[in-house]
Amino acid sequence: MLKILRQKAGAARAVVLSSRNYSASAKQMTVREALNSALDEEMSADHRVFLMGEEVGEYQGAYKVTKGLLQKYGPERVVDTPITEAGFTGIGVGAAYYGLRPVVEFMTFNFAMQAIDHIINSAAKTNYMSSGNISVPVVFRGPNGAAAGVGAQHSQCYAAWYGAIPGLKVLSPYSSEDARGLLKAAIRDPDPVVFLENELLYGESFPVSEEVLDAGFSTPIGKAKAAEILAKDGIDAEVINLRSIRPLDRSTINASVRKTNRLVTVEEGFPQHGVGAEICASIVEDSLVISTLQSRGSLGQMSQCRMLLTLNEWLFRRL
Amino acid sequence: MACSAAAKIIHNPLLLSSSRSAEKSDSGCKILGPSSFLGSTSMSKKLVSVNKGVSRVSRRSANVVAVSSDVVKEKKLKSSSAASSLLITKEEGLVLYEDMVLGRFFEDMCAQMYYRGKMFGFVHLYNGQEAVSTGFIKFLKKEDCVVSTYRDHVHALSKGVPAREVMSELFGKTTGAAFTSKYKREVLKENCDEVTLAFFGDGTCNNGQFFECLNMAALWKLPIVFVVENNLWAIGMSHLRATSDPQIWKKGPAFGMPGVHVDGMDVLKVREVANEAIARARRGEGPTLVECETYRFRGHSLADPDELRDPAEKAHYATRDPITALKKYILENNLASEAELKAIEKKIDEVVEDAVEFADESPVPARSQLLENVFADPRGFGIGPDGKYRCEDPKFTEGTAQV
Repeated sequence: MLKILRQKAGAARAVVLSSRNYSASAKQMTVREALNSALDEEMSADHRVFLMGEEVGEYQGAYKVTKGLLQKYGPERVVDTPITEAGFTGIGVGAAYYGLRPVVEFMTFNFAMQAIDHIINSAAKTNYMSSGNISVPVVFRGPNGAAAGVGAQHSQCYAAWYGAIPGLKVLSPYSSEDARGLLKAAIRDPDPVVFLENELLYGESFPVSEEVLDAGFSTPIGKAKAAEILAKDGIDAEVINLRSIRPLDRSTINASVRKTNRLVTVEEGFPQHGVGAEICASIVEDSLVISTLQSRGSLGQMSQCRMLLTLNEWLFRRL
Repeated sequence: MACSAAAKIIHNPLLLSSSRSAEKSDSGCKILGPSSFLGSTSMSKKLVSVNKGVSRVSRRSANVVAVSSDVVKEKKLKSSSAASSLLITKEEGLVLYEDMVLGRFFEDMCAQMYYRGKMFGFVHLYNGQEAVSTGFIKFLKKEDCVVSTYRDHVHALSKGVPAREVMSELFGKTTGAAFTSKYKREVLKENCDEVTLAFFGDGTCNNGQFFECLNMAALWKLPIVFVVENNLWAIGMSHLRATSDPQIWKKGPAFGMPGVHVDGMDVLKVREVANEAIARARRGEGPTLVECETYRFRGHSLADPDELRDPAEKAHYATRDPITALKKYILENNLASEAELKAIEKKIDEVVEDAVEFADESPVPARSQLLENVFADPRGFGIGPDGKYRCEDPKFTEGTAQV
């Protein structure tokens, strides 16, 4: 579980940031609805956008995210595929080469491992290898990470794997607003985007403002968001919702750490070579000053910028 | 056991190259089952196709009984019992009946336990497909291997894993059995005639890896039988919507192995085919692809609303329930009495109840289990801050995080 840090007097400053609209007319929207509406709006705005994946059509989506879309756009634009991730990912990437904008759904990102050669070698590297001639505007989306007791092979988090690849953009939304804004941005983006959702969040409701509900709304990729603060029991903490794994918003993270001198990273991926490890590396590179000239000075610097243990949770307990 | 009627292969209307297939099938045709068993021999009935986008689904030919390609030499199929015209003895019949009933009752209990919150995650039930598991696995020795998918509770039970252990595993308790079998890939060694059965569904057959396996198995004459449990549906995706040529058995000859189609709702027909295929593998002649036409009575998993399957299709297959059919065969041929069958059912009821009790009372694993068996050689966890291997610290499996 997340360990909350006690505030040292004077060392940390409380930063009040509110991202929620508390107006009485704020609409509630589940993440599922947010994703569905984003897909719907983008498909109606741009006829090159089409969906592809297992059970996305007649079954209304394995997790009902694509509900109603087959009925609205027809089987040419909502394509039910056989169980061949490598095959249909290849087809999707190829379609993107030729100017269409596919949204390829994986039932979970665990199954995307069957297709990872296409995601990385065919999609991520192509713009570079073609000297900018072939851009690949494909979105790979689906649930990532743990669900409710689905076993080791269905619970892995792939943020760190995809986050390492140049040429890929990797997004990890939390709230409905994030989901809507980022999916729209991803579909409009000319580069391959890996969109990591989470099955446990699909049913969660969040308030959304009018601005979010607008069809033109989108969230810029690469900006983290300061989320609500935990103002209980005298704890002041800046909580940063990364939203974007690649590009990582290093400046927001570093600015916050420099202010508070403390850091806890929380992720559900495996700790070694994980996103938290990358964040720590970023702190070391950008914020940590190691001075070897004055022993007292260097100790002082080090102790003020203490890096705490990266806490990671294995969310699946039953194999 | 004579095959009186000439079998006619009625091709799937969606097949484009029917003339080519007809030629091939006729020359290699072999009937592998008697005509006296079960509803599938009602040759004239075809499934009614229904509209609303699921019409193609129902058009499965019910007339193909068993077909094998011409790669297999034409062999006269020996009757399993020269003396009588029956396919099984009383003992065999009761064993088969008990195994199928165990499978069915166990799966029904799993559904109950899931709804009571004792099982979680996904639960995929095997109701309706018992004939395939029983038909094949009862021929195996202890050393033979079974490789399966998530729809495998009944495979484990047929193979001899105690119901208690299977139930415990599903409850997530420490007393559950590991659910993987070793996959044997060596060439036959001297005096080694172990065989592997691989069970999988129709959805798998469109995956590239499936074809890679067929190629290698045939190339190296691996002692394996590929058993396709074609229940027509991969979650909500109909086999006919996903496959260019829906007749899976035909993919075998393309790789140089016999492809056989059999009625998977009929345990005796499955046994005939299984016997031949397993014997082939034991003799070192290589793999066989067996397509079992079967059906799952329940949804893909307990979380599946199962809205897409046509009720007429479900009703049709419900009349072909393999357990009911075997019971009828046993009673009609006076192999056993109604009372004996009832006694078996009662016994299985008790076994399954006992399994649930055992699982309920079993302990939940300790948190330390997260770090156990991650490596066979636990030095893989590396060296700790004190300079010694982490696994040598007796408190190692308690983990480093304080929660």
